[in-house]
Amino acid sequence: MTTPHAHRGLNLTLKIWRQPGPNARGEFRTYEMQNVSTDMSFLEMLDVLNEQLIAKGEEPVAFDYDCREGICGMCSLMINGQAHGPDRATTTCQLHMRRFSDGDTIVIEPWRASAFPVIRDLAVDRSAFDRIITAGGYVSVNTGNAQDANCLPVGRDRQEKSMAAAACIGCGACVAACKNASAMLFVSAKVSQLALLPQGVPERARRVTRMVAQMDKEGFGGCTNTYECEAACPAEVSVTNIARLNREYLRAVVVSEEGV
Amino acid sequence: MAEGHATTTQGSPRLQSNAPTGDVTTRWDRHKFDLKLVNPANKRKFNIIVVGTGLAGSSAAASLAELGYNVKAFCFQDSPRRAHSIAAQGGINATKNYCNDGDSVWRLFYDTVKGGDFRARESNVYRLASVSTNIVDQCVSQGVPFQRDYGGLLANRSFGGAQVSRTFYARGQTGQQLLLGAYSALMRQVDLGKVKMFARREMLDLIQVDGVARGIVVRNLITGEFESHTADAVLLCTGGYGNVFYLSTNAKGCNVTAAWRCHKRGAFFANPCFTQIHPTCIPVSGDHQSKLTLMSESLRNDGRVWVPKNPGEARPANEIPDDDRDYFLERRYAAFGNLVPRDVASRAAKKACDEGFGVGETKLAVYLDFRDTIKRDGAAVVKGKYGNLFQMYAKITGEDPYSTPMRIYPAVHYTMGGLWVDYNLQTTIPGLYCLGEANFSDHGANRLGASALMQGLADGYFVIPYTIGHHFATSKLPKITDDHPEVRGAVEAAKARVNKLLGIKGSRSVESFHRALGKIMWEKCGMARNEAGLKFAEQEIAALRNEFWSNVRVMGSGEAFNQNLERAGRVADFLEFGELLVHDALTREESCGGHFREEHQTEDNEAKRNDADFCHAAAWEYTGGHDSFVGQKEQLHKEPLTFENVHLTTRSYRE
Repeated sequence: MTTPHAHRGLNLTLKIWRQPGPNARGEFRTYEMQNVSTDMSFLEMLDVLNEQLIAKGEEPVAFDYDCREGICGMCSLMINGQAHGPDRATTTCQLHMRRFSDGDTIVIEPWRASAFPVIRDLAVDRSAFDRIITAGGYVSVNTGNAQDANCLPVGRDRQEKSMAAAACIGCGACVAACKNASAMLFVSAKVSQLALLPQGVPERARRVTRMVAQMDKEGFGGCTNTYECEAACPAEVSVTNIARLNREYLRAVVVSEEGV
Repeated sequence: MAEGHATTTQGSPRLQSNAPTGDVTTRWDRHKFDLKLVNPANKRKFNIIVVGTGLAGSSAAASLAELGYNVKAFCFQDSPRRAHSIAAQGGINATKNYCNDGDSVWRLFYDTVKGGDFRARESNVYRLASVSTNIVDQCVSQGVPFQRDYGGLLANRSFGGAQVSRTFYARGQTGQQLLLGAYSALMRQVDLGKVKMFARREMLDLIQVDGVARGIVVRNLITGEFESHTADAVLLCTGGYGNVFYLSTNAKGCNVTAAWRCHKRGAFFANPCFTQIHPTCIPVSGDHQSKLTLMSESLRNDGRVWVPKNPGEARPANEIPDDDRDYFLERRYAAFGNLVPRDVASRAAKKACDEGFGVGETKLAVYLDFRDTIKRDGAAVVKGKYGNLFQMYAKITGEDPYSTPMRIYPAVHYTMGGLWVDYNLQTTIPGLYCLGEANFSDHGANRLGASALMQGLADGYFVIPYTIGHHFATSKLPKITDDHPEVRGAVEAAKARVNKLLGIKGSRSVESFHRALGKIMWEKCGMARNEAGLKFAEQEIAALRNEFWSNVRVMGSGEAFNQNLERAGRVADFLEFGELLVHDALTREESCGGHFREEHQTEDNEAKRNDADFCHAAAWEYTGGHDSFVGQKEQLHKEPLTFENVHLTTRSYRE
């Protein structure tokens, strides 16, 4: 069989944000890369750069990664100003170098948001997301309390919508892509997932008000409907979830009897 | 193979399984009744450390906190939600029999014992099968959006090694949804103040006082600070060791360090040679490769595996007519076809490639073809079932699997071996428990698909909450403070090791050592193993380890965020552990499940077990010094395995 993408080496110029620590001053540094295989993933290209830096006795570039198959949400990077790079529905770890051309200059930055402070180079602190989930992104059910799994039917359409929201990988691209550094797509994904299911209904008002309050406290901005978040989201979480979040919030503060 | 051979193995007195005897269906109930309890008010007096926040760790931490215990949970990632359970695709087994196809607890028990090639403990497997239904109930109640039918009830699909449909799934991202469910339960306990979460911490050592596990030493990966944490019990939920092969489907961060440090402190390591090679992975594309990506086993429900009949075949896949295709799984295994267990499918693919029938540029691949299913059901149906997997394949290879068959090749995926645990999930160190993939207990020599999620959650939600109380109720656990000599000693030892790594200042990178180790492991101890190769590997690994400790180059300092240093510590441990894995493979003179010794095969190349001599779990005790590693200091202990309910027979998936 033929290989549609023949191997060819790219020569690239990388401009990478280097920052030794959270409080240190950062700067862009330029690195030349030769003969980069188009079959490499973007992170494998950075692995090769780091090996070259170590061989020269320089400190490697710090960047977060783990599963390298687009699901753990650990990798990040603004690539030429775009969260997770140019491809739709693709995390940085799944972005492959065949997307780039010989001679390209690639600018690589950490997520941009004051709620995601830089730890080092390209690695940022996203613990704010954990604190938002802690504020209410769950169903209050103890182990052992569950009824039979089929006792509450869930229409397929609802289940699909819930799943589409639950697909969020918590990477923070939505925040990084938003001019307001808003976390509303992230928050709306969890609120929607649970509000759409009967299991999530009893505490839906408490959940949405507490999660939104925590989101505000962390310093994320509000949504002004530019939809950059949806465009950047590797899990294709839709902005219709933000509309649902707004409805859930309104319902909670205006008509809910949960006593929020 | 003779059937029903009684084992001649002498059990080691050091390995008390504490598994009940008698009627297998009531063992767990009787055992739970016999365990001592801690009353609700006293539970808040006990502190538990949970290391790792995958399915086993998150579910255990949440469930124990719900009971009233004080829990500290640790993970090396930036959030507990990132643990690699998240990448599991296909599904989770439960014997609900919602499909009305004859499923039962007994059938799952039978399938799992047989699928594991008779190298797991019957008591454990029966318990696992019997709590499987509770797990699915629990997950649904947490808001896990499993796939449903139009009537609103749950859907199922089938998986390898089974002839019923018992697998529950959420698209091709079931692990993600189950982990996020467990993570939400965990974060709820953080909110309630019962769990303290410590992310970006790596466990570097175990603290023992009077032989009992009482805490851990961790390094704060952001600041580089060493911290000691003390408790009344420690739970390792730290996953498998597949990355000893460098290339695997594991996340890059997955490592054996926590388990290995505990092994060197006295926890026996069981069956390390039982490693699972998954048949459906995307083939290696070049030397830059950093990991391998799995394509869910569920694809084998509808995809057909084949190679060209002509070894020199030059036509594109779609132009090769059926007469010139060898659907080798369907041909060799009529009864199970493309759904044979993973070890069987992997070896068959390797055999096809070894004989020169491989496809693609490297010739190390076979086709997984959806042509017939697309013709039968339409592309839309296939997209609905496998859309995200097809998309993933297209992203990585640049090819469209709807129009061209996928190329797949086996890759290291899961490790059945792990720390030896008794029926209570306690290791040979009192107070140290091990859950999920990190232990050895339930899958024998081969794990069936959709059973890893089941085991991780079974251990965390439905086993450890019952068994850990017995330890608290029956042990004297005097209060320990951070200035206890054992605590300070463990911290100093961990610091010294990190400083040693930083002080070598050699010329070869950590990554290069890891790749070299992986190459040895894959070539000599991968899908097929033989005595000469294994002996060679033992020497090679020891030599590589010596070079590592004299020539590794670790950049940066210990007082900062330093990923190079993190990796160096993990690779150092893999370089010790790899030798034990190879030694175990050398010692086990039989083929079973994922462990295939070329000397032990039938005429038609199937695995040939030796029940007379090897119907046991091999548990290794390290008797050398903690600061260095000497392979010869590993002493073997055997736990005989008895099969009273599923009779020892040769596994056959042919008829």
